[in-house]
Amino acid sequence: MSTIGYESWAVDLADVGAVYPFQGWEVAMTIIGVAFWLGWHRIQFVREGKHLEEARQMGERDKIEKMLERY
Amino acid sequence: MDGNLNALTTVFTEFYYWVTVVFMFLIHVGFCMYEVGASRARNHMHTLMKNIMIIPLVTVTFFFFGWWIYWAFPNFWIFGGSLDLESGAANLPWSENMGTNLGDRITGVFWAAFLLFSWTAASIVSGSVIERIRSSALWVHAVLIGSVFWIIDAAWGWHYAGWMVQKLGYHDAYASGVIHAIAGGYALGVLMVLGPRIGKFAKDGTPRDIPPHNPWLLTIGIFLIYTGFWGFYAACNVPAISPEAIGGQITGTTWTATNIYLAPTSLSAITFNFLMSLSGGLMAAYVVSKGDAFWTFSGGLAGIITASAGNDLYHPIQAMIIGAVGVVIVYKLHYWVERRFKLDDAVGAVAVHGYAGFVGLVISGFVLWGVPSSPFEGYATINPLGQFLGAVIMFFVLGFLPGFVVSKLQAKAGVLRIPEEVELQGLDYAEHHAYEDAKAQIIDADRAALAAKS
Repeated sequence: MSTIGYESWAVDLADVGAVYPFQGWEVAMTIIGVAFWLGWHRIQFVREGKHLEEARQMGERDKIEKMLERY
Repeated sequence: MDGNLNALTTVFTEFYYWVTVVFMFLIHVGFCMYEVGASRARNHMHTLMKNIMIIPLVTVTFFFFGWWIYWAFPNFWIFGGSLDLESGAANLPWSENMGTNLGDRITGVFWAAFLLFSWTAASIVSGSVIERIRSSALWVHAVLIGSVFWIIDAAWGWHYAGWMVQKLGYHDAYASGVIHAIAGGYALGVLMVLGPRIGKFAKDGTPRDIPPHNPWLLTIGIFLIYTGFWGFYAACNVPAISPEAIGGQITGTTWTATNIYLAPTSLSAITFNFLMSLSGGLMAAYVVSKGDAFWTFSGGLAGIITASAGNDLYHPIQAMIIGAVGVVIVYKLHYWVERRFKLDDAVGAVAVHGYAGFVGLVISGFVLWGVPSSPFEGYATINPLGQFLGAVIMFFVLGFLPGFVVSKLQAKAGVLRIPEEVELQGLDYAEHHAYEDAKAQIIDADRAALAAKS
């Protein structure tokens, strides 16, 4: 058993194509990859919204004025 | 060089490795910037000098004996193997191959490619121990990790005839273990003896963050490490070779790029996987660290390192997921070890390199289960147990153990750690005062010259 379909390199490389593991599962891997990507956006949107909501309560007027002057 | 094709291949290969060496220099530039950015202003020059002097010390020792170890040690002394003195002879410092030689245009660039890996291994250790180790102690460690222990592991597990490849089916195409796990393990061994910086832990044992002095320098540093890592990846390949030159089981006449084990891969494959594992690492680190900038950047590196063992063969999505999974484990492990063992790793090197390398080897054993580790007959295929044992050998046997033992000896001799007074006033204290004195003197001299003219 070999996850790439070759158990030895006793082959003519002219006859060899893909050699990554789990060939045939490309669509499933893509679905997992896309879910990871979309999940990342979801987590980030939620977290940033929460962070900004907390941040808007934090500012003190004199410190904000100093920050504005600091540029 | 008989024949145009042979000449072209030789000169191409020579140029190829030369370019990788230039790229890899950026890794060291990046490490220096990262260390200086992470250190406090009162320690800048010593931090920089400590890392810079790794370059000459590891270079000369790698010329004197490190390169010989690689060629003589592949089967020494495991399973009754002996030193390969014949292969070693051509790589001794007094060999004709180790100099200007029109009959050998490859040894110099191949030696240099390995040497730059040596600098990296030593530099990884250097970052974790900043602001309290004596430079003299670190430089001994640099020589040991850079010109002895990593190159022994390379002979065993990163050589087409290494015993780990033959017996364990060990596979580590882009050095998850042979560079990163060993260097992280070595750093851990040193840190266990060296102890934390003053102020790192509160009285109740709670760790305090010691923020970087210059976050922008640190950011550019890590981006340069990424850039140099491209060269590192390319340097791990043989760019173009025929089945006949390989001399293994591959049939036909189709030339290929290979990994260090002379098994086929392509530059295209590793380009896919480098970028996808970098991305998986960055995305996972951003989430797990809740957007912490430096953990996110380091997570990109840890993502690549986790996937590196199998990045010659993985599918890009596999590389992305493996990079992401590795980063989550590494992040959690870093903080658990910090709290549990009161470990002060100033740049997170044990985690980003050591744990990521270890985890990457273990994962690759499952994902590449049954894959031929070599084009030669009789070698074990890649398997989870072989990869786990390989990870243990890299991290603990050749990394942690020597780092710990040598540090213990240095501590006993009183030459490991700087005095507490110096740690508080800063390693650059004397230089700062010399600078201020010199400045005051030259200003006075200029004023006197101006007064004399009026």
